[in-house]
Amino acid sequence: MRDVELKMKERASELLKSGEVARVIGWKKGEFYHDPQPASFESVEELNAFVYNGFCGANLSKYLIQMSKKEGKTAIFLKPCDSYSFNQLVKEHRIVRENIHVIAIECQGKLDIEKIKAKGFDFVTEVEENGDEIAVASLYGNGAVQKDEVLLGKCETCKGKVHQVKDEEIILHEMQAGKKNRFEEVEKLEAMTEDERFAFWREQLQKCIRCNACRNVCPACSCLKCVFDNPASGIAAKANDDKFEEQLFHIIRAFHVSGRCTDCGECSRVCPQNIPLHLLNRKFIKDIDGLYGEYQAGETAEGKTPLTSYTEGDAEPNDVVNGEVR
Amino acid sequence: MFKIAKERLNELYSKIAETFGLFIPIKKGGEVNYHVWGEGKEVSLETLKTVKSPKNAFFPQSENLMKFKTEGKNLEIIDVRWDKTEKPFVMFGVKACDYKAIEVLDKVFLADPVDTYYQSRREATTIVTLACSRPEESCFCNAFGIDATAPQGDVTTWLDGENLYWQANTQKGEALTAAVKELLTEGGEEKVEAQKASTKAIMEKLPFASLDLSRFKPENLNELFEDPAWESMSEACLGCGTCTFVCPTCQCFDIRDFKTNEGVIRYRCWDSCMYSDFTLMAHGNSRTTQMQRFRQRFMHKLVYYPSQNDGLYSCVGCGRCVNKCPQKLNIVKVIKTLGGKNND
Amino acid sequence: MIEETLIPKIGVVTDIRKDTPDVKTFRVVGTDGKKLFKHMPGQCAMVSIPGVGECMFSITSSPTNEEYMEFSIKKCGCVTEVIHALEVGAQITVRGPYGKNFPVEEDFKGKDLLFIAGGIGLAPLRSVINYVRHYRKNYGKVVIVYGARSKDDLVDIDEIQNEWVNEPNMEVYLTIDRPQEGWDGHVGFVPAYVKELGLDPNMTAVLCGPPIMIKFTLAGLLELGFEKSRVYTTLELRMKCGVGKCGRCNVGDKFVCKDGPVFRMTELDELPDEY
Repeated sequence: MRDVELKMKERASELLKSGEVARVIGWKKGEFYHDPQPASFESVEELNAFVYNGFCGANLSKYLIQMSKKEGKTAIFLKPCDSYSFNQLVKEHRIVRENIHVIAIECQGKLDIEKIKAKGFDFVTEVEENGDEIAVASLYGNGAVQKDEVLLGKCETCKGKVHQVKDEEIILHEMQAGKKNRFEEVEKLEAMTEDERFAFWREQLQKCIRCNACRNVCPACSCLKCVFDNPASGIAAKANDDKFEEQLFHIIRAFHVSGRCTDCGECSRVCPQNIPLHLLNRKFIKDIDGLYGEYQAGETAEGKTPLTSYTEGDAEPNDVVNGEVR
Repeated sequence: MFKIAKERLNELYSKIAETFGLFIPIKKGGEVNYHVWGEGKEVSLETLKTVKSPKNAFFPQSENLMKFKTEGKNLEIIDVRWDKTEKPFVMFGVKACDYKAIEVLDKVFLADPVDTYYQSRREATTIVTLACSRPEESCFCNAFGIDATAPQGDVTTWLDGENLYWQANTQKGEALTAAVKELLTEGGEEKVEAQKASTKAIMEKLPFASLDLSRFKPENLNELFEDPAWESMSEACLGCGTCTFVCPTCQCFDIRDFKTNEGVIRYRCWDSCMYSDFTLMAHGNSRTTQMQRFRQRFMHKLVYYPSQNDGLYSCVGCGRCVNKCPQKLNIVKVIKTLGGKNND
Repeated sequence: MIEETLIPKIGVVTDIRKDTPDVKTFRVVGTDGKKLFKHMPGQCAMVSIPGVGECMFSITSSPTNEEYMEFSIKKCGCVTEVIHALEVGAQITVRGPYGKNFPVEEDFKGKDLLFIAGGIGLAPLRSVINYVRHYRKNYGKVVIVYGARSKDDLVDIDEIQNEWVNEPNMEVYLTIDRPQEGWDGHVGFVPAYVKELGLDPNMTAVLCGPPIMIKFTLAGLLELGFEKSRVYTTLELRMKCGVGKCGRCNVGDKFVCKDGPVFRMTELDELPDEY
């Protein structure tokens, strides 16, 4: 991964030096190896802090809503899964495509520091990525963990390593898709009784602190003003002021992004209470696949989504039970 | 000093719960937060950082303030404040940083005019703190002069592989001790001293052990406010409320009305200065950019609050924002950028 | 029952006066028919319509009025829209008083006073002007410059034209932004008018109005030789609690609800520019 980082930095430097782009969006060093933060670089000097490693899990595409409107071209590093969000944002006219230079980058799956800590390394001082093995140095002991066991949830079910859009690429090694079937967890929920499923979601959603991190990070949540922030909407709210909130906020949001959600998994990555929010979206994706034929949002930047197009063969709402046509 | 064997802690909780509502870190839905204890609950005292801080007990995420009933033109206000005849509370397992945070909140809510909603809960609560023995890399309470090995509180406890050690510090603490006396035996001073020493040795190795805060002074308020670094520091901020809601000292709130079939409920809920509508008025907004909102949060913690409260910072170094910010922005980065020359 | 500032008192609207197309003045007393609470000029109160919301308004009436309180409210948002639809006899809630008042018993005493208001900015000044009229001998000469978009937008014009202009040692200058039929007074913006009037820079000045008016009027006053330490204004920001706890109305380390709304210009100079 170090070679990829060097190549990316080199390319960013060229692009900035030549004036081809005004800024490059990537990641910069944090306080530790494991906390790089999204950043835009406007000069070669700023690139000193540039970093790309196993903890660059953030999907940067949503930043383009603001950045693509700035003066000059913006280059952005996109991982395969981020490229779906990019296309979807272009399709929804949220970002100005011609102002952007997409650099498709290699991704071997991103890591979850919380999972590493849960393995007993709760004072992490250093992390080293050696292929499938992650060496961790901590104040309470050193050791190694298997990469598969500490991947971000969204990477466990990685939907593929093919970029859906690119102007150029930096891919030095072969990439592998996730090992798990992404609908496995959804199927488990479907197999539950209604009461069990209700209990499951109650317990999960009761943890919600309404911080809106899921909404604000979501590339599909790009409304200029969210209905939940609009005092005139009658449903504006900041806290779980009654049962409605905790049970329905997330479901309403999932409905709103269905057909547009690319399953980038950012909602679950950022949730401070680790609520598996992506499962709501995946359930919708699975249902849409079943009802309207397989569809992957963000595969292209053109065309209509199943929920914004009509064909005579569409399933009638009344005939649909549990995601299947009766 | 008293002690109780680790395997008998359940008896201790049970005994406390006879007289008190017992709030303790409990794992629920995979995450550890303060919940009311009950038989069979999965207590996790060892958890260093509950997701939500104990502030939730005194300043709940949302609480009803009053009700209004209307009959014809007549309006009636119904006081729905917490009834003091209810069971008092025990907050068990509060860490040193979180305890200090309660002091920070006290200065806001107990200042004239006293917030009686907060006050009644605060007065009814006995706080049992728990010393830290296994800090993690995001901890920096020592930067604020907090001793994680000997937190204050009504009762201070220490936990090792064998026992929980118990020391009452206040009258409330003595009363709680008396209520559970039959379960406690004397001793443990040496073990506690040994743990303090070993934890202190770890604390010295904390990566943020020597943050320089020297520039955060009221006289530098305008200079800090104008610093160009806010732009780049806030660039990646999503404008979500995670940092504010997991923060043990963030205390901003909103007051809203909610219409029900039985009249109007006026409630308050946590609010976040990171939100775009926080300062929105009918005729404008004093903070229109995320940079301004980001700056407000950190200026409040490091400059405004200390200026109003004799230099006390409203950050306690718990490190929750370090762990939880979706894009890895946090107060440490702000301190290192603006705090002073001695931040590398 | 322990007193709690967030729990309001019930107020009854006993009179509604339509001042301008978008400003109404509401007279409020308690359910016992008496004044709800005492206040000082410049202080504010939280007024609410349960189910709609609560907002901070300056108390327009003078403390010397011991029978009732008045609020002059401009229709500009969700809450004020509902307030404007109220009828006499309606019950609302009121809590306060909040904030620091004008220093009428300290710095203003014995001084010549200049009041400059624009539009609804007269609301907080009306309280202090009537207070000064009540204790007339305690203060020197009083000059009032008041402007609005049109003659129909001058708030409380009856009191101004029938009472204030007749007050001894008190000068009233009115102006409207653009010429209008039926108006033979001055036409022009407040800042320009203030400069034209060539006012005595030794007066203590109080400014209240839209931020743009304050900015240019202040510049004009400074040109005339006024000292910032003797110029006062009021600020308005989003508020929820009114007592410095909800955390939203701060400018730097000052809360407008608690440390304001009245500020001396020299105090504002020390605060960051975020209001």
